[in-house]
Amino acid sequence: MTHPAAPHDHDHDHDHDHDHDHDHDHDHDHDHDHDHGSELSEAAIRVRALETVLLAKGYVNADALDLIVETYETKIGPRCGAQVVARAWVDAHYKARLLADGTAAVAELSFSGRQGEHLKVVENTNGVHNMVVCTLCSCYPWPVLGLPPVWYKSAPYRSRAVLEPRAVLADFGVTLPADKTVRVWDSTAEIRYLVLPQRPAGTEGWSEAQLAELVTRDSMIGTGVPKAAQARTHDDAQAHGANT
Amino acid sequence: MNGPQDLGGMMGFGPVCPEADEPVFHGEWEKRALAITLASAALGEWNLDMGRHARESLAPHVYLGVSYYEIWTRALATMLDARGMVTKQEVQQAQMLVPPVPTKKPAATKAQTQAALAAGSPYDRKVSQPARFAVGDVVRTRVMHPATHTRLPRYARGKTGEVVAVHGAFVFPDTHAHGQGEQAAWCYGVRFGGTELWGADADPRLEVLVDCWEPYLLEAAA
Repeated sequence: MTHPAAPHDHDHDHDHDHDHDHDHDHDHDHDHDHDHGSELSEAAIRVRALETVLLAKGYVNADALDLIVETYETKIGPRCGAQVVARAWVDAHYKARLLADGTAAVAELSFSGRQGEHLKVVENTNGVHNMVVCTLCSCYPWPVLGLPPVWYKSAPYRSRAVLEPRAVLADFGVTLPADKTVRVWDSTAEIRYLVLPQRPAGTEGWSEAQLAELVTRDSMIGTGVPKAAQARTHDDAQAHGANT
Repeated sequence: MNGPQDLGGMMGFGPVCPEADEPVFHGEWEKRALAITLASAALGEWNLDMGRHARESLAPHVYLGVSYYEIWTRALATMLDARGMVTKQEVQQAQMLVPPVPTKKPAATKAQTQAALAAGSPYDRKVSQPARFAVGDVVRTRVMHPATHTRLPRYARGKTGEVVAVHGAFVFPDTHAHGQGEQAAWCYGVRFGGTELWGADADPRLEVLVDCWEPYLLEAAA
């Protein structure tokens, strides 16, 4: 089995003398586990052992493993979803297609694939705020948001989102009007949900690229709202010399 | 199963703690955990629902006590060991002790992996029988407590709601997780009022949408 020319190459080299290596500090050096104590070090050791044996037996290819990491670390993330939202804000026809068939509409922007095979986009309005959870595991629309954050997969979020979403929103610093309906989408099947947040006031005439900068990951999960136009106006004026 | 994965409505876990500027991975081991989990699944020895069932079958004190990537890798180790692919001893010693066993598919190449990530795996299926319910129908979820895999959460069992979407027919996880075939069934978006789920003290402006396969549903009058 050849080793990949990748930053973790030295990990594989260590595996060969792992049994005789009683100094486990090397795990900490590149796993950054020191903040979390021994629990994660144990996890890191198990993962390394599994990877070593899977590679040795030819069950997985090292370059395929690296491709998976690279894809979700550098290519797919919430910037993809922000482009979708910004397009919907400026193009009413696109927005109609997006709400009718999310999978097809995000594919127009070349976003598709694993964990986005059946995408449904739900729209926030003056009367309704949408929020997405997976109480049973960690289902999340990967092609438009990337991998889920730790809190999304955590017991506090998964247990409380369907029971007391307004209290959960308070943990994110978000307060909704008392008369607003909160609609929580529990991703129990293979449909994945993306929230289309409301376009911030004061962004008339903004370009898609400018608008996309206001779209946060959390605003597309429903635990946040887009950045306000005012904060953007300053940055934008400096960065682009925009007439705002 | 009424396992530790079925968290909706549980209490006592404390506040949600969002992390500012959270990195995609917290350390190298999480990257490798993601990669080996996805790459091993591509061998075809288990499906998505079997993977989920392996995770929810972890002991509750373990499931609730570790990070999600550790849930993934512990379940992966269990599935590999159960099939004789990677034994517990091999994981403990971090080396191959017994030869590899044949798998349904060979290890995916880099190009195959790239194509698979881009294509995904659609789980909708054509079925001959018509959908039993339509948008606007009032339905009631079954009361059931199978020891096997299901995707009807406990908080949504025995509750009355309204069909708001007919998603199509999808692979039925309750059978698929146990090697009993896809048995594709119609799947619906069902809206439940907060007070229906949680009682009179619930947020009157709360609605919870749960995607329910047809075998989970009864006509409301039934």
